[in-house]
Amino acid sequence: MNTLLSFILWLPVIGALVLLFVPRGRVETIRAVALITTLFTFAVSVAAGLDFDRARAGTMQFVELRPWIPSVGITYHLGADGLSLPLVILTTLLTMLCVIYSWRVELRPKEYMILFLLLETGLLGVFLSLDFFLFYVFWEVSLVPMYFIIGIWGGARRAYAAIKFFLYTLVGSLAMLLAILLVYFNAPQRTFDILALIQQQPLAHSLVLANLAFVGFFLGFAIKVPMFPFHTWLPDAHVEAPTAGSVLLAAVLLKLGTYGFVRILLPLLPEAFGRFAYAVAVLAVIAAVYGALVAMSQTDLKKLVAYSSVNHMGYVMLAVAAAAAAAGQKTLANAAATALNGATVQMLAHGVITGALFFLVGVIYDYRAHTRGVYDFGGLQARLPVYSGITTVAMLGSLGLPGLMGFVAEFLIFLGAFQIYPRLTVLALVGVVITVAYFLRVIYRIFWGPLNPRWAALVDMDVREQWALYPLVALMLFFGIFPRGLVDAVNLAMNALLGLIR
Amino acid sequence: MTDVSAIIPELMLAALGMVLLTVDLFTAPGRKRTVAWVGVVGLLVVLARVLGAGMLTAPARLVFSATYAVDPFAAFFKVIALLSGILVLFAAMEFFRGRETHYEGEVYSLIVFMVLGLVLMAAAADLILLFLAIEFVSLVSYVLAGSLKNDRKSNEAGVKYFFYGAAATAVMLYGFTYLYGAAGTTNLYRLAERLASLNPGFLALAAVLVLAGLGYKISAVPFHQWTPDVYEGAPTPITAFLSVGSKAAGFAALLRVLYIALPPAAWVTIVAGIAAVSMILGNLVALSEQNIKRMLAYSSIAHAGYMLIGVVALAASPTAVGQGVGAILYYLLAYTFTNTGAFAVAIVIERTLGSDAIPDYVGLSRRAPFSAFAMTVFMLSLTGIPPTALFFGKFLLFGAAINSGFLWLAVLGILNTVVSLAYYFGVVRAMYQAPAGADAPALRETPLARLLLAVTILGTLVIGIFPNQFIQVISAASVLGKF
Repeated sequence: MNTLLSFILWLPVIGALVLLFVPRGRVETIRAVALITTLFTFAVSVAAGLDFDRARAGTMQFVELRPWIPSVGITYHLGADGLSLPLVILTTLLTMLCVIYSWRVELRPKEYMILFLLLETGLLGVFLSLDFFLFYVFWEVSLVPMYFIIGIWGGARRAYAAIKFFLYTLVGSLAMLLAILLVYFNAPQRTFDILALIQQQPLAHSLVLANLAFVGFFLGFAIKVPMFPFHTWLPDAHVEAPTAGSVLLAAVLLKLGTYGFVRILLPLLPEAFGRFAYAVAVLAVIAAVYGALVAMSQTDLKKLVAYSSVNHMGYVMLAVAAAAAAAGQKTLANAAATALNGATVQMLAHGVITGALFFLVGVIYDYRAHTRGVYDFGGLQARLPVYSGITTVAMLGSLGLPGLMGFVAEFLIFLGAFQIYPRLTVLALVGVVITVAYFLRVIYRIFWGPLNPRWAALVDMDVREQWALYPLVALMLFFGIFPRGLVDAVNLAMNALLGLIR
Repeated sequence: MTDVSAIIPELMLAALGMVLLTVDLFTAPGRKRTVAWVGVVGLLVVLARVLGAGMLTAPARLVFSATYAVDPFAAFFKVIALLSGILVLFAAMEFFRGRETHYEGEVYSLIVFMVLGLVLMAAAADLILLFLAIEFVSLVSYVLAGSLKNDRKSNEAGVKYFFYGAAATAVMLYGFTYLYGAAGTTNLYRLAERLASLNPGFLALAAVLVLAGLGYKISAVPFHQWTPDVYEGAPTPITAFLSVGSKAAGFAALLRVLYIALPPAAWVTIVAGIAAVSMILGNLVALSEQNIKRMLAYSSIAHAGYMLIGVVALAASPTAVGQGVGAILYYLLAYTFTNTGAFAVAIVIERTLGSDAIPDYVGLSRRAPFSAFAMTVFMLSLTGIPPTALFFGKFLLFGAAINSGFLWLAVLGILNTVVSLAYYFGVVRAMYQAPAGADAPALRETPLARLLLAVTILGTLVIGIFPNQFIQVISAASVLGKF
């Protein structure tokens, strides 16, 4: 049996256990252990990516299946396909960059690194699990380290933001737990295996139960995404979290929600999702437009990026809802696949771009200006050329400039969704226009114009900060120009997924 | 003679209690911990006997003129009573360290006698014997709750517990007279045959009266009023014992009486209502409690509510998920470790810091990192976050509710779980997020306290991560057969 995925999954925990035995005072050793662990995890996940048979990206590979709690029918079932493997690599990459960026964290570095490693395992577990119980356990486990990361290393209102984040997401995950149990008890052959349950379609016969289960799953995933109107935890959590926490929150944690929609809700309850698709699409468009409008009115750079996440995740959800509405209609099959491809690429693009943006906000706020006000800067181009260049690229990527990764994703989303929900898609495009407006304004306000004399003494990014960001910029450019390899793999996975919906 | 050989564990417990009294006579005032160590070893021997004789899987039978059950169900509750007794003895040793009292030795032997009472409660198959067992446990509990004779709150706890308990058991006894009057027998298994044809309204009335006594033991609303004051006033190890041992035996008696003697139609709706209000009241009031022991008291009321969901979930299930009794047994086992652990941390902090107030827990993550970590694990478990034991317990309970058509109780259960996060993590927040004063000295746990915390953490995590073996044992123990 292939144990590669287990290896990737548990490496961070092993690193965390090693860290337990490193004395508190040996800060350099602690950082080195964390870096080596995340680097190694990243390397193994990339190796898995190279070993991955891209021609069969629609089927689960590296599958590992063992009994865990046989008396209940719970298995330890891992697997990766063209949807989950890119997200796994994204997670291992960003965790490693977070460790690099967090080199200077002075407050309780040992606990900090341990929590990041545990968080990594939780996140990887969600993407790799093919058993509902295992999925749920990792889903919940990833909450706890994030609670502490926000609550201990966060900003002034950290206690409030941390518990709000935990309470919101706990409501959602417990609703999902009930939905899982509903599906389990109605399955002809009781099992927690996700793929087997999708095959069985246990709730296809019962309208009421399918709707109930849909609501449970929807709450669980929508709060995580977060969709309007469940998004209010996000600005608080993002703004209060330490920089590396915000990065993982935006780049990976939010993807758990959209991943759940694509991996579980869409194939498991296609009819129920189809019934609710229009409502979900409307909420998605509201999130896209409203998120953009609120972002435009922000003067706090971190809040601005946080609301731009609401906007970008709105596009993803529009695509997923459109695919759900088109499920089962032969004429729209291509449109649905295109929209889902866009959604998945957008998950990755948003992870890379917004992850970079949060790092960049941290670079200027944590160690330099100690302010995030958009209007407090001006003319930084002259003092900080490297910083200005990287930030401009990331912001242009976020607003969807062709040639960068975000454009590919948004183009596919709108191309697919337009054939299914033309009017809603046009409305969502308003969000794109607003996004262009506010990011260009931010670029102008911060980097151009006369240099604000207050910042005459600022220094540019140091080597470590640059190394935390170069990989992300390289990915933005590479997949912006050569999206083919990625899109092909994703496309196979999405077609396989849509093939499950008859 | 076979009847006597069936109750060897009980005889051993009675003898152990006597031995402890004698040892107490011959130990000097400063060295009473010897008594507790003898008790721990004795309880371990009894535990080994229960497990070694295969009582958890042996075929069920009734002994002593069908008044006493020797079945896996009773054996499982023997294990819980013994485990909680051992943990509580450790906690009590830690509690009495450096504390002036003349009654330390008696407390240790009374704890052993209470274990005996709990064992009897879980195995009684006759109303009279059940009543005697409950009274036995109650009398010992009253004394234990009031055992700090120079502490006014402890006195208050003892007296309050006594008056409340006397009233509740009197009402229960009145309910027993209904059952006896209607059926002409006190044997639970004979009652089942003769009550089936009676008017459901009459049976519901009898069920309510009986529930008054058993609901008081498990501290379910509306029979819970004693809980916060007694939990706060009683010596903390005794509080821990009431919250795990007493509650578990209460559930054993409740399950036997309701499942064996009374037809479900008479009580399902009532118990579902009690479960709902217990969860809601316990969790909402706990939100505002600033004393760790009072907070855990309301939390214990809420957990009684969660477990009552399992009582009403009657549907059978081919797997271990979806079966109410099994879910309760698993939950009680997990709760024994988690809740004793939480009280053990409270004891450590109480002894070193001299305070039970949650706001005084600030900065504990720096001052006592191990205790703070332990408390975090227990709070996670009490909330029901994986991979801790009570998460899997809740998973089984909610599964049983859904399997039996009680989706509304499961929904109520998850809403309450969310509410409970707020106050359980209030403790975590105090320990980790508020900075300690710069001059706050480190608080050192004694080796004994470290051992106790390590055992309870290990129990909480192992039962949660590797539940398979436990579920197999519980599947055998959760069958309440007919005779």
